[in-house]
Amino acid sequence: MSEYRGGAQARTALARRHRVRAWEPLPWIVALGFFFAFPKHLGFGTEVLVTILFALSLDLVLGYAGIVTLGHAAFFGVGAYTVGMLAKHGLWNEPLTSLALAGIVGAAVGLGSGLVLLRTRGLTLLMLTLCTMALLEEAGNLAHTWTGGFDGLDSLPIAPLLGRFEFSPLYPTTQYLYVLVVLFLCFVFVRTLVYSPFGQSLTGIRENILRMPAVGAPVPRRLAVCYTLSAGIAGIAGGIWAQANAYVNLGTLGLDRAATVLIMLALGGRGRLYGAFVGAIAYMVLSHFLSKIYPTAWQLGLGLLLVVIALFAHNGILGLGETVWRRLRVSRPLNMGAPQHRTPNPPL
Amino acid sequence: MLLGGIAAGMILFIVSVGLSVTMGLMGFVNLAHGGFAMLGGYAIVLAMKHWGLGFVTALAFGFLATAAASVVLERLLYARLYRATELDQVLFTIGLVFIMIASLTLRFGPENQPLTLPRALQGQIDLGFVQYRTYSLVLIVTGIAIVVALWLGFERTRLGAQIRAAVDNRRMAESLGINIARLFTITFALGSGMAALGGGLGAEFLGLDPQYALKYLVYFLIVVAVGGLGRVTGVFFAALLIGVLDFVLKKYLPQGGPMFIYAVTIVLLLWRPQGLFGGKAA
Amino acid sequence: MIKRIVALFAVLASLATWAEAQEVKVGVNLPYTGIGAEFAQLVDRGMELYLKLNADKVKPYTIKLIKRDVKNPGGADAKIAVQELLTQENVDILAGWIYSPNAIASAPIVTAGKKLAVIMNAGTAHITNMSPYYVRTSFSMWHAGYAMGEATSKILKAKTAVVGYTDFPPGKDSLAAFKRSFEAAGGKVIDEIPMGGAGAVPDFTPFFQRAKDKKPEVFFVFVPAGDHAAAVVKTYAALGMKEAGIKLIGPGDITQDTKLQAMGPAAVGLVTMHHYHADLDNPENKRFVAAWKEAYGAAAVPDFMAVGGYDGMALIVHVVQALKGKVDAEKALEAVKGWKFASPRGPISIDPVTRDIVMNEYLSEAVMKDGRVFQKVIGKIDAVKDACKEQKIGPCAPK
Repeated sequence: MSEYRGGAQARTALARRHRVRAWEPLPWIVALGFFFAFPKHLGFGTEVLVTILFALSLDLVLGYAGIVTLGHAAFFGVGAYTVGMLAKHGLWNEPLTSLALAGIVGAAVGLGSGLVLLRTRGLTLLMLTLCTMALLEEAGNLAHTWTGGFDGLDSLPIAPLLGRFEFSPLYPTTQYLYVLVVLFLCFVFVRTLVYSPFGQSLTGIRENILRMPAVGAPVPRRLAVCYTLSAGIAGIAGGIWAQANAYVNLGTLGLDRAATVLIMLALGGRGRLYGAFVGAIAYMVLSHFLSKIYPTAWQLGLGLLLVVIALFAHNGILGLGETVWRRLRVSRPLNMGAPQHRTPNPPL
Repeated sequence: MLLGGIAAGMILFIVSVGLSVTMGLMGFVNLAHGGFAMLGGYAIVLAMKHWGLGFVTALAFGFLATAAASVVLERLLYARLYRATELDQVLFTIGLVFIMIASLTLRFGPENQPLTLPRALQGQIDLGFVQYRTYSLVLIVTGIAIVVALWLGFERTRLGAQIRAAVDNRRMAESLGINIARLFTITFALGSGMAALGGGLGAEFLGLDPQYALKYLVYFLIVVAVGGLGRVTGVFFAALLIGVLDFVLKKYLPQGGPMFIYAVTIVLLLWRPQGLFGGKAA
Repeated sequence: MIKRIVALFAVLASLATWAEAQEVKVGVNLPYTGIGAEFAQLVDRGMELYLKLNADKVKPYTIKLIKRDVKNPGGADAKIAVQELLTQENVDILAGWIYSPNAIASAPIVTAGKKLAVIMNAGTAHITNMSPYYVRTSFSMWHAGYAMGEATSKILKAKTAVVGYTDFPPGKDSLAAFKRSFEAAGGKVIDEIPMGGAGAVPDFTPFFQRAKDKKPEVFFVFVPAGDHAAAVVKTYAALGMKEAGIKLIGPGDITQDTKLQAMGPAAVGLVTMHHYHADLDNPENKRFVAAWKEAYGAAAVPDFMAVGGYDGMALIVHVVQALKGKVDAEKALEAVKGWKFASPRGPISIDPVTRDIVMNEYLSEAVMKDGRVFQKVIGKIDAVKDACKEQKIGPCAPK
């Protein structure tokens, strides 16, 4: 991706990338504005925010480290069940601490599976992550005394946030703001991480896994750390989903969720931080409103969108935006740390 | 009683082999492969129902119709994405699956399309030493015929040699004057046609409804991964192994439920990451 | 000018409120896409058909169905759908629920939303305990399972049974119900075979082979209706279990009307216990089936899911009439409790204590008649209640 430059030069280059751009507060202002403008859409809004958080965690491994996984819902589900089982069995129901626990458990599972699975790449890794997740899902079904099996754990007694704010099932105002704050914190963490030297080495691994050991980067360890952190964030996403819905079931561990988030990220554009936002919003808003208008055949519209984006944009909606932007302002190329367009495509 | 497992494996093989070859050769993540199996299955069932075609004729029709449709799609759409990233290919093929599902639902409704087998293939057959389900036997024979035909095709014909050359080293094959674009089209049509056959032959066990395209995709991918990309015999043995293991474990340890297929896959893939018969780095 | 516009708006607004008083909004949540799309279509058609056939019973009110796709049994999408139906559409009544997990996930919202909620399919027994506004017009898994256990011993005179079930709550419910009454009546369940989840490949050969090796007198199978059901009958025939003297029995899910003719002669001899099949001999059903064929084609046939939607809509219309179009949830619950209806499945009512349906169960055998598979009623139990809640078993006990 980049040839070796002097240490000082590299530092300034990183610092320049890291600086907050003028438009970056915009998504957060919009998210807050949504809260006041559409009080009746907050349930959907909360789901979108949780999905963005989940997609963000996937972007870390997929967009930055180039680990193509179809099993990311494993960590989401583990986080959700951590919160769910603790609350349902009367062990612990304070939201913030149990959310932290969900993150820790997610990260632990990520570390354990990552150490074993990350030795492989491509299709093999894809199937290994998928099968691990499916195995967890089946285990969840078998252990129905604790997990509630297929029916899941319902009516979780989640304590009020900070001891004051109740989670109302019908008007999820607390949920929305809570998720928004957690998303913001996680985003700041991920943003700092990817612009750090650690994040740069991940990008290096993605672009050329053979060359990185040559420049002295400990590739397997970097990948394992990245996978663990990402699993932790996915665990938080799952945990907060369980809290917001006061409910958890096997769907949190399912392929549906894992595949959908992958599609969202591909749709938005990976390796760009905001791809998670754009992809999740585009996918969910479109399918939400299309399915309201035409409940039986809304997938047609969604399918067309995916096909068109795949055909005419490289790397999702943001990729398309960037191409257009570049054409408009040839003199100032924008580099958001996006992956180079590879040719020819190596087989999975 | 391994016959049941072998029969299940044969269906997996027939559908997956096309996926393995196209993914291995073209490096294209074609998640719409199950969609082609579904389209083929629909073509076969509807041709039997409305035009009164026989089972075998309908299978041939389904093969040809799906292969033809896939050529159109390949030339118009797929070809534009050969050099795109895997994720763009995933996005495209999943989009295509959504379109297929929605179109079939709109046209034929969400219900299952029942396949009525010819009477001769129903019921049981006496093999002398044991009674067995006739159709399972038919599947086994068909599967073996297909693997032999494909193997001969790959090993003994010029086209097969070209495909193998392109799987192993595409640039070298290209510089030797092999017309890769034509090769891709032919392989893709063949792969989709095989999927259609699998859709029709497997409908007895797997059913056929608009969700088919996604419902069984995981199983097809598992077989391809375990068998190795672009390996016909690899996919054959992988499908058999998974079919039989799954059958035996389900019969004697049903409490474990569907966990086995995943556990077996994990163990096999950790043992042989390139697939049981995959040679080159994938 | 501005005054005029304001006046115009005022007139329009008053017109709108007048229209609202006449119009009752029913929020329908069904999986219109995904693996349950076929079921959603059946329930949806059942509801629409009732409204079409009984337009005069609805007058002077109009019933507006607001349909939402819940996509999957994951709970989350269903929850959002129900939430938005309540908060954005301000529906007066909720209806639908194919999948039990969705009904379970929606329960807190239904309770908080304080609207009558009519369950038209989801069959896990204890769901109606989860919200005071849930009323069920479909069935509980215990209706058929419990009745079948007793009938197997007393009518079919069988002593040993193997149970094969799909490994998810309705399957486990069905197993528990059958086993309880069968063993109470002196029978013995000699093997219980979980046959994979609801999403697994419907290849039952290994499980059926295991059942065959155990040589029971009857093989009780519960699988979800749909392609699983068709596979059950095919596998049973193909493995020669009938010739081996094993009788295939189960709830009516395995002889779902929409799948029955495709099963063909393989289905002959199947004995099922259920509250509805299209061959029931009563005037309401004749009218229902004929209207169904007229509306959806000669090859179409209604089944127990369709009747869940049909009767559910009948209940909704009853409530709307009883409350004169102003559907208050508490009053609606009172109106529900006194409801009696001549359904295509025979006389039905709602149990005032549990808000679950009370109906007849029919023991039927599949026979060939006029070149098609026909379900012949060979036994009937009147006014069956959900035994799980009657006997307060496990989660069915009130909290």
